[in-house]
Amino acid sequence: MALATDLDVVRSVTPPAGNRRAAVAAKAWSATWPKLLAVAIVIGAWQGAVWSHWRPQDLVPSPFTVLDQLVQHPATMVSASWVTLRRGAQGFALSMLIGGAVGIAVARVPVLRAAIGSIITGLQTMPSVAWVPLAIILFHEGQGTVTFVVVLGAAPSIANGIINGIDHVPPVLLRAGRVLGARGFGALRLVVIPAALPTVVGGLKQGWAFAWRSLMAAELIGSLPGHVGIGQLLNAAQEQIDYVGVFEAMIVILIIGVLVDSLVFGTVDRAIRRRYGLIDAAAG
Amino acid sequence: MKPTSDEHMFLTSDSMAPIGSEVVSRPVVSIADVTKSFGTGGQRVVALEGVTLDVDRGEFICLLGASGCGKSTLLNLVAGLDRPTSGRVEVRATRTGLMFQEAALFPWLTVRGNVEIALKLAGIPRAERRARAAALLDMVHLGDFAKRRPHELSGGMRQRVALARALAQDADVLLMDEPFGALDAMTRDRLHDELEALWTSTGKTILFVTHNVREAVRLGDCVVLLASRPGRVAACYDVTIPRPRRIDSPEVATLAATITDQLREEVRRGTGD
Repeated sequence: MALATDLDVVRSVTPPAGNRRAAVAAKAWSATWPKLLAVAIVIGAWQGAVWSHWRPQDLVPSPFTVLDQLVQHPATMVSASWVTLRRGAQGFALSMLIGGAVGIAVARVPVLRAAIGSIITGLQTMPSVAWVPLAIILFHEGQGTVTFVVVLGAAPSIANGIINGIDHVPPVLLRAGRVLGARGFGALRLVVIPAALPTVVGGLKQGWAFAWRSLMAAELIGSLPGHVGIGQLLNAAQEQIDYVGVFEAMIVILIIGVLVDSLVFGTVDRAIRRRYGLIDAAAG
Repeated sequence: MKPTSDEHMFLTSDSMAPIGSEVVSRPVVSIADVTKSFGTGGQRVVALEGVTLDVDRGEFICLLGASGCGKSTLLNLVAGLDRPTSGRVEVRATRTGLMFQEAALFPWLTVRGNVEIALKLAGIPRAERRARAAALLDMVHLGDFAKRRPHELSGGMRQRVALARALAQDADVLLMDEPFGALDAMTRDRLHDELEALWTSTGKTILFVTHNVREAVRLGDCVVLLASRPGRVAACYDVTIPRPRRIDSPEVATLAATITDQLREEVRRGTGD
């Protein structure tokens, strides 16, 4: 049959079912062991520092003391994590709205690009802690402060992701869209935004990293009333000379940051890359 | 910019209606003394100069020329993606479909989605799109691949999807810019057969750009040879070889040899040797 060669190309992409389970297990292991190694290195270095008496022993608790405390009495940490994550989610949602709108406007309107493009880059270099005092003056101490700092931290990255994504849409796709009759908003919605999406997700990922840092800055400095977040817990532990508590809070901050990055943004990123055919079939 | 008589025009079927049966005999694409230049002053490059060409309804025209002869520029003018510097391009069709050397499929959509988006942009109601897309994919022998994504297909299959997408616009005039240029010879030959069959059954007008002489003779009712720098019509050959044709038939080879000689001559003149 005339189409045989084309069909063969596609069939060979999907491996037989029997090998697939073994392949998945192998892939899961090869993705997991470097992470386990990283954890082992961190704990090893930490324990080494404790044993070396680099600082007085009561100032630096052993990793096992901290982990034990974390596992035995997780309630405070868990509830504080939820408080912080909720604050962060609110701020990040607003960052996506603002960063998205600004990014699209700057990418599509040349005048705005000249005017606002450099402001966005400038904002990205501004340490988020530096916004906190102003945020407290403007919003006193509350969700407004957190949102303000998070948005200023995350929105520039998100906007930049969108601008880069739109700038790097392959011209041939724009041309194809134009030929098919996509104009103005239709072209933006049906062609430009979907084509830019892989880069946009990269911007969201970076935006999250900035949002998480900004959130901690706000919680540490701007002693927020109401529910206690993880940053406030860290601040309180330091003031109460609870060294185990300091380490506990830091570990939780690190774990949440990494988990959200890999589970939320990493998953979305991989799903999109697979869908767009940007992952090598052998690796993906 | 206000439209003037010098610019690209689409004459819709409404505007043709009063003229009546006369319309049928008028060329579907009229290119009259078209010049197109890019840039200004010392950097001015003349891509096309004084090109005149009429294409009748249902005709299969191949535009043949070496690189830099303004083939793609000419297609862009007919597609309405660009305007001539002077002269007149008239297209008496509601729409033109355009296919490029790259399939230019949207990677975030399935094969079916790529065809459906063309239907959507052509204003086809949602309920109809699924069935129309399925019929078009069957037409290019990709009915079983509707749910695949472009990156899962071979180059030839991608070009078939691009063809289905171009056909989905229901354009009377199909513009093809070296659509098979990046394919291997076997796949290309097969797509020639399929395109010829599609053209015969749908009666579309096709303007096909290529730098491959045999391909032009294999497909066209007429081969228009374009000279380079600046691009202009050097010669027209009517191809009377009966269809279906084969690219390796002696008749095709003979005519291709004649045209190749002339093409060489044009290239030599163009480079000033």
